[in-house]
Amino acid sequence: MEALLPLIILSPFIGAAIIGIWGLFSSSFRHQEKLIGTIATLAVVLPFVLVLNTFLSYEHGKPVSFHLFSWMATKNFSVDFSYVLDEASLLMGLIVTGIGSLIHIYSIAYMHHDKGFYRYFLYLNLFIFSMNNLILGDNLLVLFLGWEGVGACSYFLIGYWFEDMAKAMAAQKAFVANRIGDFALLVAMFIIFTSTGSLKFSEISLSGDVAFWVALLVFIAATGKSAQIPLYVWLPDAMAGPTPVSALIHAATMVTSGIYLIARMSEVFLQVPGVMILVAVIGGLTAILAALIAIAQNDIKKVLAYSTVSQLGFMFMALGAGAFSTAIFHVMTHAFFKACLFLGSGSVIHAMEHMHLVDDPQDIRTMGKLGKYMPSTSKTFWISTLAIAGIFPLSGFFSKDEILGKLFAAGHEHVMYYAVWAVGMITAVLTAFYMTRVTFLTFNGKKRFPEEGHPHESSPLMTIPLWILAGLAIVGGFLGLPAVVGHGHYNWISEHWLSISKAPIIVNRILHADLTTEWILIGISFCVAIGGVYFAYSLYSKYDLQADLKVKSFFGSMYRVMENKFFIDEFYNAAIIRPFVWLGNYAIMPFDKKFIDGLVNGSGYLVYSAGSVFRQLQSGLVQKYALLMFIGVVVLLGYAIFG
Amino acid sequence: MFEKDALALMMNLMIFAPLAGVPLILLLGKTSAKYIAFVVSLIPFVLSLLLYAGYLDFSTLDATTADGYVIDSGYRWFGSQNADGTWVSSFDINYLTGIDGISVFLVLLTTFIFPISILFSWGSVHDREAAYYNLLLILEVGVLGVFLALDLILFYVFFEMVLIPMYFLIGIWGGKDRIYASLKFFLYTLIGSLLMLVCILYLGYYAGTLVNDGYFTSDLLKISSIEIPAEVQWWLFIGFALSFAIKVPLFPLHTWLPDAHVQAPTAGSVILAAVLLKMGTYGLVRFCLPLFPDASLEFAPIMCLLGTIGIIYGAMASMVQTDIKKLVAYSSVSHLGFIVLGIFSFTEEAMSGAIVQMVNHGISTGALFLIIGMIYDRRHTREIKDFQGIAKVLPIFTVVFMITTFSSIGLPGLNGFVGEFLILLGSFSSDHVSPVYAVLGTTGVIIAAVYMLWMFRRVMFGTLDKDENRSLTDLNARELGLMLPLIALMFYIGFHATPVLKEIGKSSDRVVEKVISRTGSNFSQK
Repeated sequence: MEALLPLIILSPFIGAAIIGIWGLFSSSFRHQEKLIGTIATLAVVLPFVLVLNTFLSYEHGKPVSFHLFSWMATKNFSVDFSYVLDEASLLMGLIVTGIGSLIHIYSIAYMHHDKGFYRYFLYLNLFIFSMNNLILGDNLLVLFLGWEGVGACSYFLIGYWFEDMAKAMAAQKAFVANRIGDFALLVAMFIIFTSTGSLKFSEISLSGDVAFWVALLVFIAATGKSAQIPLYVWLPDAMAGPTPVSALIHAATMVTSGIYLIARMSEVFLQVPGVMILVAVIGGLTAILAALIAIAQNDIKKVLAYSTVSQLGFMFMALGAGAFSTAIFHVMTHAFFKACLFLGSGSVIHAMEHMHLVDDPQDIRTMGKLGKYMPSTSKTFWISTLAIAGIFPLSGFFSKDEILGKLFAAGHEHVMYYAVWAVGMITAVLTAFYMTRVTFLTFNGKKRFPEEGHPHESSPLMTIPLWILAGLAIVGGFLGLPAVVGHGHYNWISEHWLSISKAPIIVNRILHADLTTEWILIGISFCVAIGGVYFAYSLYSKYDLQADLKVKSFFGSMYRVMENKFFIDEFYNAAIIRPFVWLGNYAIMPFDKKFIDGLVNGSGYLVYSAGSVFRQLQSGLVQKYALLMFIGVVVLLGYAIFG
Repeated sequence: MFEKDALALMMNLMIFAPLAGVPLILLLGKTSAKYIAFVVSLIPFVLSLLLYAGYLDFSTLDATTADGYVIDSGYRWFGSQNADGTWVSSFDINYLTGIDGISVFLVLLTTFIFPISILFSWGSVHDREAAYYNLLLILEVGVLGVFLALDLILFYVFFEMVLIPMYFLIGIWGGKDRIYASLKFFLYTLIGSLLMLVCILYLGYYAGTLVNDGYFTSDLLKISSIEIPAEVQWWLFIGFALSFAIKVPLFPLHTWLPDAHVQAPTAGSVILAAVLLKMGTYGLVRFCLPLFPDASLEFAPIMCLLGTIGIIYGAMASMVQTDIKKLVAYSSVSHLGFIVLGIFSFTEEAMSGAIVQMVNHGISTGALFLIIGMIYDRRHTREIKDFQGIAKVLPIFTVVFMITTFSSIGLPGLNGFVGEFLILLGSFSSDHVSPVYAVLGTTGVIIAAVYMLWMFRRVMFGTLDKDENRSLTDLNARELGLMLPLIALMFYIGFHATPVLKEIGKSSDRVVEKVISRTGSNFSQK
């Protein structure tokens, strides 16, 4: 079996190559949706089986590695395409290839009759290839190949319907915002190489100033890929892509890679408590800001997008507290319920589109009562909503509670963590509120689309993945029962799986709270979630859409700011993009044309005047020959003089 | 596989092989000129592949000469051999050529890009074809000579020989401002090379007093063996570096480039970007660093600064262009800035990166100019605003363009990344220049994404709103055929640069060592 491991990397690449080349040149292949879908899905299922097999037979502390070939090598620096399956990468690998497989299957139905069908699956395979490089690479450069690769795939998929300029703009924005983060990661790699001579994870050990800069730069890189302040602006726009893509890339996998990277570099981060606090604070601010924006959005996917930004903020809070494996735990549970939510929204959008009665199939104001027509979508969506809201005993409860608990415990280290904890609590209430709102307005309440509309439930190819994900959203949390229940090491993910190995991949800060505090915190989390859901449910079931007016009056003038996403895009446009273009147009080009060329043309004119003496003797191109003869004479004179 | 002498002969045949086409074209007339030119241009290509195969045999055995050349050859005419075997002559200007890891891939790039350029021209040049193809073939001789000459005067002759056909290619087959552009190109580079000539003469005379019984010598191997006093190096460095900096072109000597590119016919632009600019960076590596190591160390901060300014300046200028070709031309200023930064960082990583990046830029930017040429041949415009949404009617073209775009902006897995990364990594870790240049240079990576994707989006995406664009036809077999090898190379170098870097390193590491040995403290990996 081990000989097959390279296929984890190669199989999706081969799948992409077959579909891409065949599809580009054969128009008959392009219409064979079943064949394309099967090739693409198999190319991802195979790595899933291989990862699962390794996972099941895995012996703790004994990472499995495999090697393809050398990438680049110079005198002091060399890097290979080599990969390692350890506790952390196996867990991520299961999420990526597992959810990836489900979304490939779902997409076959979702993208039915789309004229770019083959292109879509080509990109999706290429994405899995890049993502596998990102999580399995045993060094930072292979990770970076995946890091930029997923960015490129994200670019292709956001701009998948490229005839719509707005979508193409969103794609470009995503790539550029990510490149800013990538810049930071590049510089971090330069620093690491300069001080250790290697980019292998196993050989990175830093301290002092170097650790500070590396941690800071890696964090900046993570804010790009994982959509945190100040680089989060691309993610909401990224919803322009097909909905399964939003589920796979912009919720479950790619956007969590920043968290994964920081967790992998936990040893470095633990050396610099200042950066850790910054990580937690940025996470907290992003979480609450995104949650506030989510309350005021009416596009179902936009709500989910801001919810993703907000949940990623929770993961950063955990990272900042030093609970790296707790963050990974939340990555996993979030992958389940958020993928389910996005695929559910895709099912809804699909149904709304097929009615051909509403202008915008994503606007929740024209939905309502869809649960009657789409029972599976409705049920799975509700399950996931309750999970993300943190209702006991669904998965979100466990991971979110653990994050808040760790933050509170980290308060012993620095008082700032109490503030972040408080922000996290408020965000938890907001999360329960806006998620209940969007779910209620979509599936329950009054029917707000035209009376003649009869939306249909999606095909089993779409609902089966929904149920699998909903099932995982329910039970996923039991993989990490809080330590308190089992009197100690019982959290299988964060306490057992990720920590008990001889050479820990992820090192956590040791955070202890006494049993009473922990029970109290669990109680608070429990009540907060239930309270938020209950409040939103009762409000919206009483007033339906009109309840938004109540919310609006509650927030006052702040609501307009929330609706307009805090005017961040406008700010960036005015503060960065325009000045840059202005500089190009009104500083660089005039300097080029007027100043440098002015000097050149001036001296050219002198030569030209001198040349006019010769011109009386010669005409046309012969003049240039004369000049060349002149050079020849100079050469010969040179010999004569020196030789 | 081959004896060394056979390889040396092959190398020299390769340089002049393109000339075989000239009488054929003149005899057989203009209708068949394009076929003759293409077939003839394949001869040096095949020879270069054989040469490379033979080269690998000897470089693996490490049977290099004392000076690091794997294969070298000499045709000396005058003079006599001393007792110790050295050649002394009162007229020591000879035909000396040689190949090593620094030049071998540039030679391969040259013999590879010429048939492609000629094949491209089949569809777009219909005016005075015989002269056009003859000039291209003569140009190839000059470029190959530049990369292989081991005699300074010989180098100079080839260096100038490149100028003339290029001047005519721009001046006759160029766009509407071709006269201005060609004259500017000519004068800029001529001024630079005259300065170099003066320096060559001085250097040859100076070296001659030490190694040639007081007679002038332009033998590079002899000159390399002497130590030049620092203050003499200082002046000679300026002369050589200025000439090469114009060729590169290094900021602020770059303004001939956008004009030349925009006015040049497509094949001219391709060759200009792919190989002619590399003559400048090659010259820096081949002559400035090993001959004037002390001066190189002293000037490194200025060269790195200008390289870094070039990276950012070129990128920002690209950002605001409305003409696609001009945008790519300015991007060359940015890309070549990386290479200069790599050369003057004096680490093995940055130097290997710079040399591999010379090849990479040739592949990627060459491909971009071909792409622009293809779209220009169809629409006779290069203004961004004249396009929009053409991806819909040109699926194959879109894929080719997209891959090339990402290669140009340095996406890992494609060739551009390998060079840029090694340059920046090496420069950052250098003991001899400040890491600030590398950090500033890295911002170029962000701006590159902005200007390339911005252009790509405006040209390719959105609704197809102009009638003229609706009837565009996708790539034909010839066009696809000449793009595919380039794309294959982008992926190959992008994923597996090690074999290329290994050969480069064998020679470029020596150059780096020679320079840093002058600092007194040997470079050591921290």
